[in-house]
Amino acid sequence: MQTAIMIVANYPLYIRSVPTQGELKFHYTVHTSLDVVEEKISGVGKALADQRELYLGLLYPTEDYKVYGYMTNSKVKFVIVVDSSNTSLRDNEIRSMFRKLHNSFTDVMCNPFYNPGDPIQSKAFDSIVSTMMVQAF
Amino acid sequence: MDQGSAAGTGGTFISLSDTEQRCYSGLYALCQPDSSGKLAAGKVAELFRASQLPAETLHQVTEVCGAKRLGYFGCGQFYVALKLMAAAQAGLPVRLESVAGELPLPLFIGITNELEMRYPNHPSTNESQPHILGSLTGSAPRPPADRPVLRHPDTSTDKQEAWSPPRSPGISPPRSPSAYRSYPYGAQRNGTDTLLAYDGKVAGCPSVPQENSSPSHYSLKLQPEQPVITRVASVERLVERAEMDYSDDPWRITEEQHEYYTNQFRSLQPDLSALIMGTVAKNFFTKSKLPIPELSHIWELSDVDKDGALTFPEFCTAFHLIVARKNGYTLPETLPATLRPGFVEPGVVPAPPSEATEPLIVFDDNMMPGANQLEMGSVDLQMTSRPGVTSKQDTRDESRKPEEFSPKRIPDPHEKPIQHVSTLKPDSPQELDANMKSRTRPRSYSSTSIDDAMKKVEEPPTPPPRPQKTHSRASSLDLNKLFQQSAQGSRPSQHSLSAKSGWLPRPPALPPRPPATQIFSFLPGSEKSSQKAVQQANFADFSKFREEESSVRGGLSTEDLAPPKLDSTLRHQGHAPQKPVRRKLHPESQSATPPSAAPYSAATLTKSTQRPPPKQKREIQMAIRKNRETNAVLTRLNSELQQQLKVVHRERVTLESQLELLRPVAST
Repeated sequence: MQTAIMIVANYPLYIRSVPTQGELKFHYTVHTSLDVVEEKISGVGKALADQRELYLGLLYPTEDYKVYGYMTNSKVKFVIVVDSSNTSLRDNEIRSMFRKLHNSFTDVMCNPFYNPGDPIQSKAFDSIVSTMMVQAF
Repeated sequence: MDQGSAAGTGGTFISLSDTEQRCYSGLYALCQPDSSGKLAAGKVAELFRASQLPAETLHQVTEVCGAKRLGYFGCGQFYVALKLMAAAQAGLPVRLESVAGELPLPLFIGITNELEMRYPNHPSTNESQPHILGSLTGSAPRPPADRPVLRHPDTSTDKQEAWSPPRSPGISPPRSPSAYRSYPYGAQRNGTDTLLAYDGKVAGCPSVPQENSSPSHYSLKLQPEQPVITRVASVERLVERAEMDYSDDPWRITEEQHEYYTNQFRSLQPDLSALIMGTVAKNFFTKSKLPIPELSHIWELSDVDKDGALTFPEFCTAFHLIVARKNGYTLPETLPATLRPGFVEPGVVPAPPSEATEPLIVFDDNMMPGANQLEMGSVDLQMTSRPGVTSKQDTRDESRKPEEFSPKRIPDPHEKPIQHVSTLKPDSPQELDANMKSRTRPRSYSSTSIDDAMKKVEEPPTPPPRPQKTHSRASSLDLNKLFQQSAQGSRPSQHSLSAKSGWLPRPPALPPRPPATQIFSFLPGSEKSSQKAVQQANFADFSKFREEESSVRGGLSTEDLAPPKLDSTLRHQGHAPQKPVRRKLHPESQSATPPSAAPYSAATLTKSTQRPPPKQKREIQMAIRKNRETNAVLTRLNSELQQQLKVVHRERVTLESQLELLRPVAST
């Protein structure tokens, strides 16, 4: 089962996929899904940052996989790509995954040595993401 | 290298005791064996020099051990050479036969066994090692000279033995503790020795596999093969204690380190319970010249509450990790237990001396506790850095850098260590030096600088208000009031002045002054003007007063007091005319008055009693007047303050109402 988690701020900040092959495909998927994200964002209209608004839900179901999106207040987008064959994942689980991602991401941001816009190289963040992916998928 | 009991040189086998084996293996590792087992000639030469044997003896040794024939020092040759040197140091001729029996370990000044021990023990590259080994690893010029000085103290076999045990353990982080432990064995050593030993242990012999430095140490120690090791038993105990204490070393913050970190924290943020913001901490830690990813990792480890700022424990943790990293320890993935902010090592932070000093003391019985600690800390750090010589050099450079980093204040100390000049702080660790010296020295610096700054800040405000408080007001308005109240007709102003000057009230006035000053600063110049007016009035009065005083001069304690007081107050205010006047009046009293108003009053009273009755009476009256004036002044001050308070209240109410108005808007 192939899944991937990507953090994009108009360019990839962090990509992790399980299995690690086929990342290129995920890159492509993420880029296309960004368009969908933009579409959803523009549709929101209000400038209120609400937790609901942050979670964008299923962006783009294809025959192979499903793409879920989440956008932070600072316009950093989280994208989760899961196999369509994995039907056990519920929306709430995805939401919780995004929440964890967001928390870890803020922890990374809090690090003064991290410059926003740099690729995320934090080992702690990696471990959290790996754990999450293993649990969920 | 063969740790076996035999060292072969051209077929000759010499039996080595366990301690000897350990020692030799450590030394062997110290001399940078290359892949084929040959030792670097330079290192060997340094080691030989450190043995302090005459050159010709060394030549003999080289010849006998077979290295001369071979042209290089292999393991076997090296071992034989070491044994021959031990024999030579023991006074035996340099012959193969001499080494057949049991001999004490050879002593190498400067490179002491400790170093060797460290070196061999420390498989990983530790910067600390390089420092200590410095000589070995490459600071050729220094080492021999430095080492000897440093190490020299304990060239006892005990130490050697002690060293060997440490070598066995091999693990670098634990090494440091073990090193320390071994140190204690050698106890006599000065701090440097301990460091060296420490390094030795930490260095981890390549030959020594790893682990459990402490157990092995203990076991080793428990083998008092050599008769000289009398201390072993006691040392062992100490070592055990040390081991237990340092079981987590290098991830344990020693007391010295903690003090240093505290001072560094204070330099960034005077309040120990407050936070250091991320950017501030970033700038500070960036000075350590560690790569950003590592600093980022350190931050992640140490900022446990993930708030982007460092509390004091977090800061200590981060600093300690940086120090460890600079010394060559690899950063852990998770925070070691001893570094957790909530971790309170018994006796480490709170009452450090007990535990912290204990191990240290263990290490060096003779060494200075402070030095020990410093060294130990540095040793630990360095020990880990020992391992690769070349890499160590790099790390050494890095470790030297911390000197720049931590002690901007103390450039010298760091440099010294580098030069390995100081005996106490042996080369071992420039890092140590950086840490320790920075710890020791910077501490004083930082504290003094901070304290001075704070004091300076505190000082200025107080003086000015005083004068105003007492006299100016009193003289102008209060005096009048006083007079009216007191219904003392004669020279109300003068009386008031005199009363004021006479001070008794001084003491009470003093305390309020500072607050008054603050208030004064608040108050607009109106007060000052009034004060000035008063002063001028006082001036006039004083002159009259002076006349009076001069007439009453006899026991003028009060008068003296009064004028001085006025002087002082006036002085504060900066009214030149009054000052000189006062001074003229009572030059001596002026000097006397500032110090204590109370004494004055007492003195005046006494004086007055001693003086002839009329004078006494007058003085008393004057004192009374002054008191009254002071009271008047104070009441005025009080009223003014009350008015200010009302104003402030009004403002506050206004602001609150505005806030209320804004709040509904913000909540939407």
